[in-house]
Amino acid sequence: MIINHPLLGPRDSEEFVYLGAADLINRPNNWEQDASAEDFYQYQYIRENIAGDHRELWYHEQGDQSWLVVTRNTLSHEIINVELAQDVSRGIGRGK
Amino acid sequence: MSKTRYSGFKVLKEALTGHKGWEPTWRDAEPKADGYDVVIVGGGGHGLATAYYLAKNHGITNVAVIEKGWIGGGNVGRNTTIIRSNYLLPGNEPFYEFSMKLWENLEQDLNYNAMVSQRGIMNLIHSDAQRDAFIRRGNGMLFADAGCEFIEAKEVKERYPFLDMDNPRFPIKAALAQPRGGTVRHDAVAWGYARGASDLGVDIIQNCEVTGFNIENGKCLGVQTTKGEIKAGRVGVCVAGSSGRVMAKAGIKLPIESHVLQAFVTEGLKPVMDNVITFGAGHFYCSQSDKGGLVFGGDIDGYNTYAQRGNLPVVEDVCSGGMAIMPMIGRARLLRMWGGVMDMSMDGSPFIDSTEIDELFFNGGWCYGGFKATPASGYCYAHLLATNSPHEVATAYKLDRFRRGAMIDEKGVGAQPNLH
Repeated sequence: MIINHPLLGPRDSEEFVYLGAADLINRPNNWEQDASAEDFYQYQYIRENIAGDHRELWYHEQGDQSWLVVTRNTLSHEIINVELAQDVSRGIGRGK
Repeated sequence: MSKTRYSGFKVLKEALTGHKGWEPTWRDAEPKADGYDVVIVGGGGHGLATAYYLAKNHGITNVAVIEKGWIGGGNVGRNTTIIRSNYLLPGNEPFYEFSMKLWENLEQDLNYNAMVSQRGIMNLIHSDAQRDAFIRRGNGMLFADAGCEFIEAKEVKERYPFLDMDNPRFPIKAALAQPRGGTVRHDAVAWGYARGASDLGVDIIQNCEVTGFNIENGKCLGVQTTKGEIKAGRVGVCVAGSSGRVMAKAGIKLPIESHVLQAFVTEGLKPVMDNVITFGAGHFYCSQSDKGGLVFGGDIDGYNTYAQRGNLPVVEDVCSGGMAIMPMIGRARLLRMWGGVMDMSMDGSPFIDSTEIDELFFNGGWCYGGFKATPASGYCYAHLLATNSPHEVATAYKLDRFRRGAMIDEKGVGAQPNLH
């Protein structure tokens, strides 16, 4: 699979480490509250496991060390979109 | 119901009478209008075994197994056929040992030649730390009555002279073996259970895809399929590999990711390996089929996928694992390679449990260890479906174990499914 890195252009997926669904960006913020146990359980263990277009986190370990959000079809392996995780994170009001 | 009893005598008789007396191995059925006591979704090894044990152990014969394609066309037809019970943790080891004992009596029980071959499995040890870890695992196996054997390097070399004992990166220091492990003819497991279940009255319905569940007031009343609605007193989903897709139709999300595992077979060779050998410093396992092909596999590809095919980097990775311990494999040509979709769970261990919906049950999350578990999975799932309580060797396989912090993490890598 070739991942079209927004800054570096097309790169072999072997240069990357796969983490999992992009939902992992949304770590619960309520860790001081009692309700957080359930939220963290859902966050850590439960997956949508989509058959189709799946947004997922790839880390460019053998490149520029950036985290990417890759939208990839889990039935065909076609890569549809690649964004910097930083931009995605800012877009939803997280991170700097 | 007529039942052909397979025997040497029967083969001889048919050979002399023009093979006119053979009957279909199982009865191909269509859905009954009044429905079933139990509908099992998924006609793989586990689903068919579940139906067989429901009928045999619990007398529940008004059962249908519904299958999207043809029976045994999923992972039971795609694995590397290895059976073993060399686990460590108390939540797992008694279950897998129970499975091994069922394997040992499977052919007599089913009157079906599944070619169960207890040729032994040998896990190679490459470092002192690994020797300690494997001795601990061996003790766990002895506690569970699974048996094991510690083999020093000298003897490993004598038994298998083709192994690269002095590989500079991965020297072979010793091995932990389970002499009762081995291989089974995988397709025959599906066919044997199908025959056994069918003879006891179970309907096996092929080309029947589940398109939805009929759920009212939190209770499952049946399934919608491409062959119409099927009423059911109880529904047992058993579709490892497609668990995410099927359970999504019931609105249930799981602690599972789907990944692809590839397997490989070389051209037929003269006999070189009489057992199963696994690499301890990487991920590679190999046995030789009766046709002579070296059957082997390694790691999953590592990204979410439902495609039954993998990519080339893992092919290279698996083959380098093979080259590291048995360089002779480099002279063999690869004949075929294929992929199967695995339910990778968050701790590497499976689920056999009820769900938040009444009368809807779930069996899945087998990672890439489902084949060896087939008999026990069916036995325990049947027990759960019949009695609504878990079988004593499967009490740990609860869906809510992560919520309770009771995970069964053999490898100790945490909630990272592609590392299990």
